Amino acid sequence: MSETVQLFVTCIIDAVFPQVGRDVVEELERNGAEVEFPADQTCCGQPAYNAGHHRESTEVLVHNLEVLDRTTGTIVIPSGSCADFLIHHGPRLASADPEKAAMAERVAARIREFTSYATEKRGQAATRETEADDRPPTRRAFYHPSCHALRGLGLRREGESLLDSVSGVERVEIEGAEECCGFGGLFALEMPEVSTEIMNTKLDRLEEAGVEMLVGADAACLIHLEGGLRRRENPMQVVHIASAIAGDRQAPS
Amino acid sequence: MSQPVTFRRRAVGEMSTSKPAAVGRAARRFMGKRQWAVDDFTPMEETRDRARMIRLHTLANLHTYLDQFAESVERNGGRVLWAADAAEANRLIAEVVGRKQGSLVIKSKSMVTEELELNAHLQGEGHTVVETDLGEFIVQLAEDHPSHIIAPVMHLTRYDIGDLFHRRLEIPYTDDPEQLNAVARRHLRRFFLSADVGISGVNTGVAETGSIITVTNEGNGWLTTAAPRTHIAVMGMERLVPTFADAATIVEVLARSATGQRLSVYTNVVSGPRRPGDPDGPDDFVVVIVDNGRSRVMASDSSEILACIRCGACLNVCPVFREVGGHTYDHVYQGPVGAVLAPGLADFADHVDLPFASSLCGACREVCPVRIDIPKLLVNQRVHATRENDPFRWMGPGLAFYAQAAKRPAVWKTVLSAARMAGRLKGEGKWFHRLPFHAKGWTQSRDFPAPAKQSFRQWWKENRGGT
Repeated sequence: MSETVQLFVTCIIDAVFPQVGRDVVEELERNGAEVEFPADQTCCGQPAYNAGHHRESTEVLVHNLEVLDRTTGTIVIPSGSCADFLIHHGPRLASADPEKAAMAERVAARIREFTSYATEKRGQAATRETEADDRPPTRRAFYHPSCHALRGLGLRREGESLLDSVSGVERVEIEGAEECCGFGGLFALEMPEVSTEIMNTKLDRLEEAGVEMLVGADAACLIHLEGGLRRRENPMQVVHIASAIAGDRQAPS
Repeated sequence: MSQPVTFRRRAVGEMSTSKPAAVGRAARRFMGKRQWAVDDFTPMEETRDRARMIRLHTLANLHTYLDQFAESVERNGGRVLWAADAAEANRLIAEVVGRKQGSLVIKSKSMVTEELELNAHLQGEGHTVVETDLGEFIVQLAEDHPSHIIAPVMHLTRYDIGDLFHRRLEIPYTDDPEQLNAVARRHLRRFFLSADVGISGVNTGVAETGSIITVTNEGNGWLTTAAPRTHIAVMGMERLVPTFADAATIVEVLARSATGQRLSVYTNVVSGPRRPGDPDGPDDFVVVIVDNGRSRVMASDSSEILACIRCGACLNVCPVFREVGGHTYDHVYQGPVGAVLAPGLADFADHVDLPFASSLCGACREVCPVRIDIPKLLVNQRVHATRENDPFRWMGPGLAFYAQAAKRPAVWKTVLSAARMAGRLKGEGKWFHRLPFHAKGWTQSRDFPAPAKQSFRQWWKENRGGT
């Protein structure tokens, strides 16, 4: 009955935010999944792809496709950007070799971005407990719909509804909510001043809206934004959506 | 080999001026209007699909439609001249203009003539050239360059323009848009009535009828094409559609995407010179069809960009364009479309870093009326750039190392261990304020988190027993 799920954790979560990975595992298991972690996974290959170094990107991609293709079940990725890359760009990148292209298509068809998968599973859980919560919301939170999740995979409501389920949080809107945060992968290093100005526009709007908690599904965007907030000495809490919903479960009732 | 990381340098310069604020405001206003116009039109999505099909079909059969267009123009009594590059186009146009020196040439807005630097050429031949589109008129008066393909003075405020008119037209200072408009109209009227030659661009040429269509909001396009004895229409060779009905589809999505109007105020159709009994129109109607790099783009993996109908929506929505403004692109075509097109049209090396001026956020693809996958084309151009004249060559060794590590799990784990060491030294949960080498680009404005003491994969191995 329980479904096997392969976790592709992403390099950033693996190295920098392992707790987010654990929170993802917890959410998946709570919804009845048997989670597996293919140990030979590394990075999807997107950094080199966006930089225009497609030979390097293809090598990294193919390695990870081979790792994932040896497994079965749904592949869950807690990042809109990495998921979008493997779903939409992987097959194109691997298209020179028909066998690898077929493998890329097979893997792409099994991939689900975390918020999309978690929302669906929560919706299916018929007896899902809804704790009565009379406490008034205490924190103003904004869900940052990162570009590749939003425009690549068509996801926004999914992450927002997960955030809405967190107690003590009032979800707020900001101006230009769907505009890019300015991260853009290696763009942030190639054109740091431009990347920074785009970020500042976003941070100004978060501050204007009085946001106290910034939540998103892409760790890279969140690093970029939190890195900028720290320079502003703004204590806004920056959290991956998987940790936001896990933190809620851990909160004393 | 030059190392032209010039977009970044120009951006830093432009961002220190007042221009980006004006651009950001105007661009967001345009997008607001576009949203209204899209919501207003129920079949917008299907119309976009149709417009895309029309444009791609035309490009796939371009030479057939070019021949048909030329035949149609000639059947209507017009002439067609073919120009392989800017030099030839300028020479041909100057020949039509210049039997006698000192002709008065009026122009309505045309980006392709900006591409040719036609004004400078004609002035060099002793002619007077007057731009009659309000934005282009202001650009000419300021001896500036357009900063946006449909809003040439997006980088200026009305106060800037008030100041300019005060200085150059010697009128009392005003920043009232109505009054400024009236001043320009009065100033330009005498040129409309006495011009020898009118030069226009072409929004869409119609192969079936030999018509050229221009859309404007000021009526200057109509005066430019109808009043002088000679009308020269300068057209990029890709700007065709097969039939008049197709042109209507293009115009429909163009106005809504560009200015958020249902239709531009004037949709001007010219189908040849004045016929007996016509109240107005030129005696000589000449269409100059310009290649100037388009065949090269057509043969490349970025050919889809030629489907562009020049609405400017991708500029307006682009987070980079909004922060840096159009002049940073240093090209006639700015923003996402320019970042693909400029390196293709001109010498690639001169604009090699433009395709990198994007976070690949995908907003351009979302608003493009003909659904061009601009981010994909930007990445294609990046691939060419890295192979030919990499503007970010310093990144090469790092990415080569990354690839070597990330395709070998054992090596990757070693790299992760090294990262953890750095994390231990710094302290988990701490952030770096300063990183060395090119990573300092990051830390000039952002902290960077120290790696965790225990990676996720270690935790998994220790708690979940291996794979």
